[in-house]
Amino acid sequence: MKDRTALRIGSTTLRSRKYLIRRLPPPHQLPSGLAAIPKSPRGGAGTPKLQPSPPSAMALSRHLLPHFLRRGGPAVRALSTAAAPAAAVSSAEEDEESVTVKGVRISGRPLYMDMQATTPVDPRVLDAMLPFNLSRYGNPHSRTHLYGWESDAAVEAARARVASLVGADPREIFFTSGATECNNIAVKGVMRFYRDRRRHVITTQTEHKCVLDSCRYLQQEGFEVTYLPVRNDGLVDLAQLEDAIRPDTGLVSVMAVNNEIGVVQPLEEIGRICKEKDVPFHTDAAQALGKIPIDVNRMGIGLMSLSGHKIYGPKGVGALYLRRRPRIRVEPQMSGGGQERGIRSGTVPTPLVVGFGAACEIAAQEMDYDHRRVSALQQRLLDGIRAQVDEVVINGSMEHRYPGNLNLSFAYVEGESLLMGLKEVAVSSGSACTSASLEPSYVLRALGVEEDMAHTSIRFGIGRFTTEEEVDRAIELTVRQVKKLRDMSPLYEMAKAGIDLKSIEWSQH
Amino acid sequence: MMLRTAGRWLLGPASGVEAAPAAALAAAAARRGYHERVVDHYNNPRNVGSFDKDDADVGTGIVGAPACGDVMKLQIRVDEGSGRIVDARFKTSGCGSAIASSSVASEWVKGKQMEEVGELRTREIAKHLSLPPVKLHCSMLAEDAIKAAVKDYEAKKGKLVKADE
Repeated sequence: MKDRTALRIGSTTLRSRKYLIRRLPPPHQLPSGLAAIPKSPRGGAGTPKLQPSPPSAMALSRHLLPHFLRRGGPAVRALSTAAAPAAAVSSAEEDEESVTVKGVRISGRPLYMDMQATTPVDPRVLDAMLPFNLSRYGNPHSRTHLYGWESDAAVEAARARVASLVGADPREIFFTSGATECNNIAVKGVMRFYRDRRRHVITTQTEHKCVLDSCRYLQQEGFEVTYLPVRNDGLVDLAQLEDAIRPDTGLVSVMAVNNEIGVVQPLEEIGRICKEKDVPFHTDAAQALGKIPIDVNRMGIGLMSLSGHKIYGPKGVGALYLRRRPRIRVEPQMSGGGQERGIRSGTVPTPLVVGFGAACEIAAQEMDYDHRRVSALQQRLLDGIRAQVDEVVINGSMEHRYPGNLNLSFAYVEGESLLMGLKEVAVSSGSACTSASLEPSYVLRALGVEEDMAHTSIRFGIGRFTTEEEVDRAIELTVRQVKKLRDMSPLYEMAKAGIDLKSIEWSQH
Repeated sequence: MMLRTAGRWLLGPASGVEAAPAAALAAAAARRGYHERVVDHYNNPRNVGSFDKDDADVGTGIVGAPACGDVMKLQIRVDEGSGRIVDARFKTSGCGSAIASSSVASEWVKGKQMEEVGELRTREIAKHLSLPPVKLHCSMLAEDAIKAAVKDYEAKKGKLVKADE
């Protein structure tokens, strides 16, 4: 064998990272913008450079993958007889490079415009994670050998990176399996710890399901919960919040950036109110981390839930911030060996945590650049759609919004049928038909959006790897589908004829 | 060399496994996704449009409610002499299954007698489109739309007859 230790992953032979870079096709053969693995643009350079944009991770892999897959394919697959028939199917699919989506075959993969659901892993994050899967795979809690020590060092380094992104001390960060687990620990753990003195929880109606479900669970245990309504623009009313706080309130939970509508809550004001009343303030910052500047001290945050896969990190990891001064105590939800200072038992997954740390570090460097770029793209999307289609409503406040989340309602068009037509764009909808029950999204209802408008909402998510071409194509496809559906819509016809839809008595069955 | 073979052996089944999920995914998508007839009706809806509501031989049925997300308008043009439906048009605001159901309904009523049409049952539309249980209300709405259109036409005819008398 002329090569040294070589490991096959899929059908790619990786000898070292240098191999990966050396095997790229020469730059003149790559589409523009993919000339090199990107280095992050440093500092604020006046205007955001939209061309060349950091290449989409998926565009990168889409162009590179066939290059790698053609090498040594059959040799690898022949080893596993069980996979032989499946291999034939998959090679046929790869040859055609087409994907079957919703019963329709399209070429290539859909444009990804659903960044609030999850984000692609940044290639630099993947680079940081790989060694901890392949060679430095020790358990960070093994105290007796090098593998454990180096793993532990990596976990602590990642902890420091996460802490510095939010202005916290590394001892205040505890790794978990994701923001859902963090929310569970925060809500249930705090209330159960202080169950003798504190019996009341305040939250909002637009929180994530895991917070609302944890509160419902607490209600069954005998606690009282106040679900604060929000205004029409999605922001919580501070006067109402202040009135709702009682002497026995144990927790106020308000999410920083809403996942459905992208509205940013006034964290500093809420933190100030909670500090005055001496109530712990918990915020679900899964969508906010790395996108808006967070400072736990300036914002008076006592507990915070963070998620890895919303900031271009791996899925399956999150972190809980627990303030030390004044110390917030929680009852652990996972019993076990007492890892993570007893707050969350279980082996800390080193590769995931290292990935999370790397993602936070990248986010700290690129937050400004990303924010400017994403704002410009959002404006482009909005202007492009509004120029060609009327009666488009933006759900949620435009001023207090994270630009990467655009939730639009198209009047007289139903959301699920619009999604069905947007085969080449991956977006999400707040429509009833897309949820298992026939109810429209509770967040939109809390905003006071009429039921018929709630059915028509589409959420566009723009992120670090979204390109101008993707936005333009999304505009083109959306406008085309909306126009087609409006032609088919009796409500549009009636509205254009001047009939007031609210005055009609509908016959239901 | 041994390391390489060991690596290949370890990852051989793994790389085979990554082929299997691709096939499984396609199958799952087909199961979870829409039947191709629904997609076909959505992409090429038949008989979209409107007749003049005030025409004597046109019956209009509007059913549904924006609150539950589906509104269907079905119009039929009836030949006075034979009582046969000669043409139909529909407009629907609703999910893909609702559009497909009303498109199918508008096709099926063409050429049928008005009495026959009342027998068109929900389950025929649902079976034709392979609608999942959660979407059955769309085909029920289509049936209701047909009945409403027929009723409207008969009410119009009844009024005209009364006016003549």
